[in-house]
Amino acid sequence: MLITRKVEFSASHTCRLPGLSDAENEALYGPEAHPRGHGHNFSVEVTLEGEPDRVTGMVYDLKRLKQILHERVVEPFDHRFLNLDVPPFDHVVPTLENIAVEIWRRLQPDLAAAGVRLYRVRVSDSDQTCVEVLGEPQ
Amino acid sequence: MIRLTRCYRFSAAHRLHSGSLNEEENAAVYGKCNHPHGHGHDYFLEVSVTGPLDPATGLVARVEALDRLVETQVLNRLRHRDLNTEVPELEGLPPTTELLAAAVIRMLRERWQEAFPAGHPRLDSVRLHETRKNIFEAFCSI
Repeated sequence: MLITRKVEFSASHTCRLPGLSDAENEALYGPEAHPRGHGHNFSVEVTLEGEPDRVTGMVYDLKRLKQILHERVVEPFDHRFLNLDVPPFDHVVPTLENIAVEIWRRLQPDLAAAGVRLYRVRVSDSDQTCVEVLGEPQ
Repeated sequence: MIRLTRCYRFSAAHRLHSGSLNEEENAAVYGKCNHPHGHGHDYFLEVSVTGPLDPATGLVARVEALDRLVETQVLNRLRHRDLNTEVPELEGLPPTTELLAAAVIRMLRERWQEAFPAGHPRLDSVRLHETRKNIFEAFCSI
């Protein structure tokens, strides 16, 4: 069975590779490459997989998941400029793909320690695009 | 695995009607969707691709390339069309959203390799919302 908790944060970013010119970055990342940065209301869905506990009837305590999401994602990401304020985005391009992978990495240790399986991290930056990480990223 | 999904909209008309059934049978099978003069929907299309995350760029897919492919292969052929008479990919088929979703997969696969010559990303699935309540999902088997 899958259970999902959703959180949102607002942050700015810009997607640029330092070795490329403005024109090359724009060709690669489109409007996401604007040098001064821009913002999104990011939406994050975190899905856990497991069977309901025989006593509590829960796969995992969603209150605890809410707490972990707040500590690991919302608190460090919300109202920040990702490129400057949130490692590793000082040297890793904060594409939607890399943001989703980083959120997986930040959540995985707490969830593994709690004995629950992280199934999917889904991040969207608009109504038009979303990225899902399904399983341990390489 | 990393999967990226882009969403698009188009409006089109259709009438659910099968050439293999008589009038009475069509009315019984499709109900009001069989109304003789047809009707339309604002379709909402999700196209999902999977692929390796390029460590240099941090991208799974070039979104602009995907948008161009969907625009030319799918949206230009379906937008404001009568699915019963104006879409060759559905000729002879009842234009149910099941068959439309499968046709969208075929349309994308026709030019996929040209759009993505490196061999990735791969087309994973399309999810087609006929209305807010009816959603159809087709998977690309290759």
